[in-house]
Amino acid sequence: MSGSLPRAARSTSRTQRRSRVALPALTALLLVLPACGDSAEGEDEGAAASSSSAADFPVTLTADNGEVTLEEQPAAIVSMSPTATETLFAIGAGDQVEAVDDNSNHPADAPITDLSAFTPNAEAIVAYEPDLVVLSDDQNGIVDSLEALDVPVLLLGSAEDLDDAYAQMELLGEATGHADEAADAVADVRDRIESAVDSVPADAAGQKVFHELGPELYSADSSTFIGSIYSLLGLENIADGAPDPSGGYPQLSAEYVVEQAPDLIVLADTKCCDQSAATVAERPAFGAVPAVVDGRVVEADDDVASRWGPRIADFAETVAEALQG
Amino acid sequence: MSTTTSRTRPGRTTAGPGAVRPRRSTAVVTGAAGLALVVAVLAGIWVGAVPLAPGGVVLTLADRALGPFGVDVPGGLEGTQAAVLLQLRLPRVVLAVLVGAALAVSGAAYQGVFRNPLADPYLLGAAAGAGLGATLTIAYSPVQSVGPVGIVPLAAFAGALFGVFCALALGSVAGGAHSPTLLLAGIAVAAFLAAAQNLVQQQNSDDLREIYGWMIGQLGSSQWSDVLLVLPYLGVACAVLLCCGRALDVLAVGDDEAGSLGVHPGRLRLLVILAASLATASAVAVSGLIGFVGLVVPHIVRRLAGGSYTRVLPLSLLMGGAFLVLADLIARVILSPAELPLGVVTAFVGAPFFAVLLWAGARRR
Repeated sequence: MSGSLPRAARSTSRTQRRSRVALPALTALLLVLPACGDSAEGEDEGAAASSSSAADFPVTLTADNGEVTLEEQPAAIVSMSPTATETLFAIGAGDQVEAVDDNSNHPADAPITDLSAFTPNAEAIVAYEPDLVVLSDDQNGIVDSLEALDVPVLLLGSAEDLDDAYAQMELLGEATGHADEAADAVADVRDRIESAVDSVPADAAGQKVFHELGPELYSADSSTFIGSIYSLLGLENIADGAPDPSGGYPQLSAEYVVEQAPDLIVLADTKCCDQSAATVAERPAFGAVPAVVDGRVVEADDDVASRWGPRIADFAETVAEALQG
Repeated sequence: MSTTTSRTRPGRTTAGPGAVRPRRSTAVVTGAAGLALVVAVLAGIWVGAVPLAPGGVVLTLADRALGPFGVDVPGGLEGTQAAVLLQLRLPRVVLAVLVGAALAVSGAAYQGVFRNPLADPYLLGAAAGAGLGATLTIAYSPVQSVGPVGIVPLAAFAGALFGVFCALALGSVAGGAHSPTLLLAGIAVAAFLAAAQNLVQQQNSDDLREIYGWMIGQLGSSQWSDVLLVLPYLGVACAVLLCCGRALDVLAVGDDEAGSLGVHPGRLRLLVILAASLATASAVAVSGLIGFVGLVVPHIVRRLAGGSYTRVLPLSLLMGGAFLVLADLIARVILSPAELPLGVVTAFVGAPFFAVLLWAGARRR
């Protein structure tokens, strides 16, 4: 697990206290919050409980909150992370999930509750009598609160790259007794992303991409998780033109975006903000942007583009497809 | 800036307040403020994330200005650069002028009406009401726009007026338009609406980024349609406010004295509050909540040109426009091609500047 993840998690609570001072940091935090809306497609889950092995326990794992020992295979997991929820169901641990937070909208049969990961409440979580809680953010000191109540906690902050994401999937596999399925899921995602990369035509290499997180033109540069996907696909990310102090999620100037003339625009604000290829074409001065002229405005799923679970392969395939022909 | 020995040099620094307060002709200060606005606008048009040739900018603008008269000016910008100038940068600068002018003149008017230097345009619940309106529509509205007008600006506009209306209603129930009562009513309404806004926001954490982006104020997505949207309201409101300068000067000596001089304090207060709130609401609708301008620009003007509202109101109009154009310029340029939130820049630039003015003023006395 990357050593910088705990730092990212800590800065989360710090940002809350100093929101006025750390506005860019807060912006970046908000950008990585899971987006809204309902899920698009179902995915295989559940049924494979047969391969889980209680023999692998106790197991000691290292998450962003340090070493965590699980004495027995968890049977009542509370997932406060939409990414973790997707992963748990994808690796066959869905049956062990007792409750998920209000943003965990995928897969459709996840036991969604009104638990909020943004303002987590230890009492509300403990009411589900969990034997494992998975979190992506340590808001309001929730990790300490839960640990004080002797509830095992795995804090898995935002992945910085694909390897981080794979490591988290494998860790959740070990934590739930589904290590083999997790390894399969990782291999599958890895293969699909590789095929997507291979499918990109040679003349698409070096084309410019603009990843849009909101109609205010917030974007994500190559240092971010989603930006690393564009790097893999051989695209040039126009958000990299922003200076370092603007963080990984700069708000780009509209004139800059127009002048850069991106060949591909990926909208990760279709659900939150109702953006579409049509609304982009209507924006002032966007009509002549190559991506708009050539019809290469990808209407991505906000959720898929803001999480680091198995569906990231879907995202890579969608983008790669837009680069064909 | 003045050194420690500058005590005996009144009028040396351009920002020097106290000593220039007595007299300097209205034409001179108005001209200076107008010049500041023109310089700010020119800078705002020239500088941006995309470098544009100054000559090309001038020729393009001349071409557009003279086009209706059948005159073609060749040699202007073309293609993307022309689009950047005419569709992105120009409306943004114009909108910054309008919003800054509206907030500053409203702030000056509020300070006059309440005889309180801490008053700003958001005092009577306009900001909290607009925030609640915007948050509600971002969180719950199924549609994005009504006709050509975005639903969020509409809700912000309505919310701002609603907040002020509640404050006025509560104030009049609680003891007429007497200014301390009204002030307290405004604080109560603002606190309540802000709490409601926070509640809605907490319930809809998935919309946080959008709500947050609106709350800190921005001009990044300015369009000509925004300019057309606010211009009528701003025009009417500013005309009313500019006519009230004399009356506000009279009101400054006290309600009873003003009454004996033929000014009806209650009616004047209501008229000024309504006009200022209309200007504020339309500004908030297109730009979100931009702090500091309405509070500090009138004070800067007072320090430079004296306290008479016949001067403070029109000069706040001009200086507010200039100030916001420059603040937006900094917001656009300092991390270019990324942007800073405008509301951060107004305070970041304005607060130290204001502190220097206060300090210089204190040294003079």
